[in-house]
Amino acid sequence: MTQHLPVLLVVVPLVAAPIAALLNRPRLSWAVAVGATLWALYAALELLSQTMVSGAIHYELGGWTAPYGIEYVVDAANAWVVVIVALIGALVTPYARKSVEREITKDRIPLFYAAFILCLTGLLGIAVTGDVFNVFVFLEISSLSAYALIALGNDRRALTASFQYLIMGSVGATFIVIGIGLMYIMTGTLNMADLADRLPEVASSRTIPVAFTFLTVGITLKLALFPLHMWLPNAYTYAPSAVTAFIASTATKVAVYLLLRFFFTIFGATFSFDVMQLDRILMPLALIAIVAMSLVAIYQENVKRLLAYSSVAQIGYMVLGISFVSVLGLTAGILHLFNHALMKGALFMSMGCVMYRVGSVRLEQMNGLGRAMPWTMAAFVVGGLSLIGVPLTVGFVSKWYLVQAALEQGMWPVAGVVLLGSLLALMYVWKVVEVAYFREVDPELGISEAPLSLLAPTWVLVLGNLYFGINASESVGVATRAAEILLGVL
Amino acid sequence: MDDRVILRVGAKILIPFILLFALYVQFHGDYGPGGGFQAGVIFAAGFVLYGLIYGLGNVKRVLPPQAVYICSALGVLLFAGVGYVTMALGGVFLDYGVLAHDPEHGQHYGILLVELGVLITVFGVMVAVFYAFAGRGRVET
Repeated sequence: MTQHLPVLLVVVPLVAAPIAALLNRPRLSWAVAVGATLWALYAALELLSQTMVSGAIHYELGGWTAPYGIEYVVDAANAWVVVIVALIGALVTPYARKSVEREITKDRIPLFYAAFILCLTGLLGIAVTGDVFNVFVFLEISSLSAYALIALGNDRRALTASFQYLIMGSVGATFIVIGIGLMYIMTGTLNMADLADRLPEVASSRTIPVAFTFLTVGITLKLALFPLHMWLPNAYTYAPSAVTAFIASTATKVAVYLLLRFFFTIFGATFSFDVMQLDRILMPLALIAIVAMSLVAIYQENVKRLLAYSSVAQIGYMVLGISFVSVLGLTAGILHLFNHALMKGALFMSMGCVMYRVGSVRLEQMNGLGRAMPWTMAAFVVGGLSLIGVPLTVGFVSKWYLVQAALEQGMWPVAGVVLLGSLLALMYVWKVVEVAYFREVDPELGISEAPLSLLAPTWVLVLGNLYFGINASESVGVATRAAEILLGVL
Repeated sequence: MDDRVILRVGAKILIPFILLFALYVQFHGDYGPGGGFQAGVIFAAGFVLYGLIYGLGNVKRVLPPQAVYICSALGVLLFAGVGYVTMALGGVFLDYGVLAHDPEHGQHYGILLVELGVLITVFGVMVAVFYAFAGRGRVET
């Protein structure tokens, strides 16, 4: 069975989704979802440990050899992304049971879990496949199910948010498939490794730069890089709490992985950054995202929306790390994929707890919640500290590497912007802390602490924030290995 | 609708041929253009035509929404199930060669089953979309 792990990682959830729909009972469908996500987590950890020991794993679907058939390739870079997606999935599913019962009508719950597992399938599939067209197929699986999940939010604005995401996401996916098509015309292959071999021969043509441009716009739209982030705040704000926690910590991360895969493995760093000079676009956009989106976050009254804008800013940090095009910069970016999933997962999950008890996450209704819901708000505070980058949290580790990467290239102003971003994060986190801890709670509301099934997964992530903040050697080790593979240093 | 004889009779004549043509496209997929996706859409078109002419209530009596729901999930299971069987028989996922003694026959059976799965799901989803749009803003019949 071990040799089938790369494909089983994807097809076990793929089968679990229709089973969850067929069972058509909220509890049973939920149990199937838990089983599928736990399996994915097991398979992901197993794959990661195998790749760290023995290098890349190849799996040829249907027995067709690599450049002709579809191949799954797992190396340190995508095993890492797979672990992030599976870990968040395995924590959000137990969390989802009560949260979803509160927020979604009963007859839709089985379909919710079916769509949820499909979204997980798609994200895992994007990460493990070594075939660019297969990437597009899985991208559509994850995106279409994500649109459905967001539309299930109980606020009517969830429908327009989902529709906006549908339009923007489809434009992005279309651009990606156009880029893939152009590459296919020029090289006759869809296999990533084969493309990497054949592209240099035709790189001087006009078609390949055009393909590169389409892919850049498509992928940056999917990962919500600054001017193309417009779909994100509404989608995160109005989606059901469990969906926000899942998508915020996984979907954009997988898109960042795609950026890495396309520009480093397929086009190669030389073409992407020396010829096309992509870093000259990515770095300013990342810096603007960090400052502007943090500023916008400060003015939000809805905490989920505040965190959504903060996500756009945090994506800026990841892209900034990538735009240094150095092992240290890439390490910082890849490390922040994981670290941001930990912190945003914890923050959105704690907001899901508030939603469960209070029924709203608007600031004016969170007065004194620090006393009414001490564990929930403590989780928010730790997550917030991590977002700011206080030592002993994962946020600090990411920023440490980012600043080092900036200083390595003598870019003092960039390091300054990173620190400015932390200061702005302090302001928007403080806004919530002030309301929750320094205002009087309204005793008539009778708000009590969130149930354990919501708190336990939240606190696993909170403790993860602290653990990987103190003992970062494992996460940094994998991230460095992934960066070296992507840059071809190894 | 009772006075539109041409529509009613025309649909009754056409529907069997539409369904047959769908099956032709399905099984011809081995040798020429065609396959499960196109066949599923054509098969669903037969039911959509019936629904348009005879009303949503009648088509739902022929094909209950619950059956459509099951179809959309079942096809995926059949598709992936073939993959699991090939793994159980010692091949890799979707390696049809192991399905029969002669790998060539195995490939044949495998693609037929997988395409049948595609047909069932595409058919189910197409009809479900039709039901959802046709049933908007009126009392369930």
